[in-house]
Amino acid sequence: MSGNDLKPSRLSPRDILRVGAVGLRARRARVVLSALGIAIGIATMVAVVGLSESSRSDLMARLDRLGTNLLTAEAGEDHLGNRIKFPKSAVAMVERIGPVEHATATANVDARIRRSDVVPDERTAGVTAQAARLDLLSTLGGEVAKGVWLDPAGERLPVTVLGSVAADRLGITRTGETIMMDETRVVVVGILEPIELFPTLDRTAMVGFPAAERYFRFDGRPTTVFERSTDASVEEVRAVLGRTISPGDPAGVSVSRPSDALAAKAATDKGLTALMLGLGAVALLVGGVGVANTMVISVLERRREIGLRRSLGATRNAIRLQFLTESLLLSGLGGTAGALLGAAATYAFAHFQGWTAVVPPWSLAGGLAATLLIGVVAGLYPAIRASRLHPTVALNAT
Amino acid sequence: MTLPPPADSSPPVVELRDAAKSYPGGVHALRGVNLTVAEGELLAVVGPSGSGKSTMLNVMGTLDKPTTGTVKVAGYDVSALSDSRLSALRARHIGFVFQQFHLAAGRDAVDNVADGLLYAGVPLRERRARAREALAKVGLDHRGSHTPNELSGGEKQRVAIARALVGEPRLLLADEPTGALDTASGAIVMELLHELNASGTTICVITHDNGIADSLPRRVRFKDGEIVSDSYSVSPVEGAGR
Repeated sequence: MSGNDLKPSRLSPRDILRVGAVGLRARRARVVLSALGIAIGIATMVAVVGLSESSRSDLMARLDRLGTNLLTAEAGEDHLGNRIKFPKSAVAMVERIGPVEHATATANVDARIRRSDVVPDERTAGVTAQAARLDLLSTLGGEVAKGVWLDPAGERLPVTVLGSVAADRLGITRTGETIMMDETRVVVVGILEPIELFPTLDRTAMVGFPAAERYFRFDGRPTTVFERSTDASVEEVRAVLGRTISPGDPAGVSVSRPSDALAAKAATDKGLTALMLGLGAVALLVGGVGVANTMVISVLERRREIGLRRSLGATRNAIRLQFLTESLLLSGLGGTAGALLGAAATYAFAHFQGWTAVVPPWSLAGGLAATLLIGVVAGLYPAIRASRLHPTVALNAT
Repeated sequence: MTLPPPADSSPPVVELRDAAKSYPGGVHALRGVNLTVAEGELLAVVGPSGSGKSTMLNVMGTLDKPTTGTVKVAGYDVSALSDSRLSALRARHIGFVFQQFHLAAGRDAVDNVADGLLYAGVPLRERRARAREALAKVGLDHRGSHTPNELSGGEKQRVAIARALVGEPRLLLADEPTGALDTASGAIVMELLHELNASGTTICVITHDNGIADSLPRRVRFKDGEIVSDSYSVSPVEGAGR
């Protein structure tokens, strides 16, 4: 007989998995430890991608909510180095620019702020006074934490609304308390939430324009103008804003877009993400070396099993496939655990930060693909070694 | 003492013609061996250690190829077959029983026996069913769910015999099957081999133990890689072996 009828049978996929899992079931501790290496790598990468995506999507949501169409024009210095002041009509002039939908302003007020009149003059609280127009809060998208914002009556009275940091520094937790602005006792009627687009205001005590003029010798000239225009015309407005407010010295006006700072934050996160991904990749590589090591030892220890399988009729292919499957299962186990761990870490941290957790499916798919690749690469050499063992040598191994 | 094979010889299960096996360095494990094993025989290959009987087992079991000469197992010329076809030949026609049992720890007797059919393309359910039948044949039907470390030495070897048997091989090769067993368990295993032979299985026992060899109908004695005698007992057992 020529042997043409001796075609080796193929194992069914189920049998391939069963046989591949034999070695794993027998050595659980080692399996857990070497899968752990892969798990740490994958978890790091999934978590890094998840957190950076979550943070970015949170930032994007905030930008969406706050709008990117706000420009500020702050009074700088003229060419002689003197601080310039905007004309009283600055807001009205800005509102006359075509695409501008709304404009408002604040102004620096030269008033020393103290917690009370028994605090010595020299000890200020690091809080400055600002005159604010009534529509400032709605223009910036700010929120009142306690009390109320300035109203048409309060605008003329010695009352103030504190930024969040200012309230903290002055030790004021509820409205109705008073602080000293110069020698005038001022009632706190409101405390604001942090203003994300313009955090400078968090450290100020705001009073109405008329009140500032009446009580603090304020000349009524704004130092910062805020405007919102249509989204499409932000750049056009930016080009003419300085000339509009200060035709004589447009260079003394510094125009900026507060949302740019938030957008820049999203961009800087990317660099950090790349670095962390690199670290994750290194962890994954080390995990892969661990799997390869485990597989080499497994083959050495199981030479007699290999010999037995050969005597039972396993082809070289079947042996190779067995150890390759084992390696794939091992790294797949680690990869799955890592992906779950990474996703869980993302959800936990995002929850802690008050973000909406985003775990991009591509990061899970990528992690799994990396895992399988590692499984093949780490398992190939040991599997080939196992398949090349001579059956009689393998059977008599000690 | 040397007698010819029985006159009504059936097609040979194993046929060695001038088979020699040498290793680099001038070690000659087999020197021109001629041997024919007919269907239904029960024979011992006996000799001191280093006599070449283990090489003989490997060559008969197609785990090793002879350097020169021809080996035919179940009608196939071993030297003409590729490694994967040899594997298929072992999967379908040859069963092995080893001195150290080679059972998988942590897997029960049924699973261990079922592995005997793994590479013959038999589906899992059928493998298990046939494994239970094979366990019943070796008298261990009540031990099916026990793992090797819950079995005595003799029971382990009977599980190993069931694994070799489950594929209904043309040839069962037993390498020192009683070597790791006490006398009583050894006797039970030998009795089992006799029973299996009586029901038609061709069995070749490799042993260094003359007592065991003498209990078998045919004895092939080895020394320094050569057959020094090939004898048949004139006993009632021979009739059972055809």
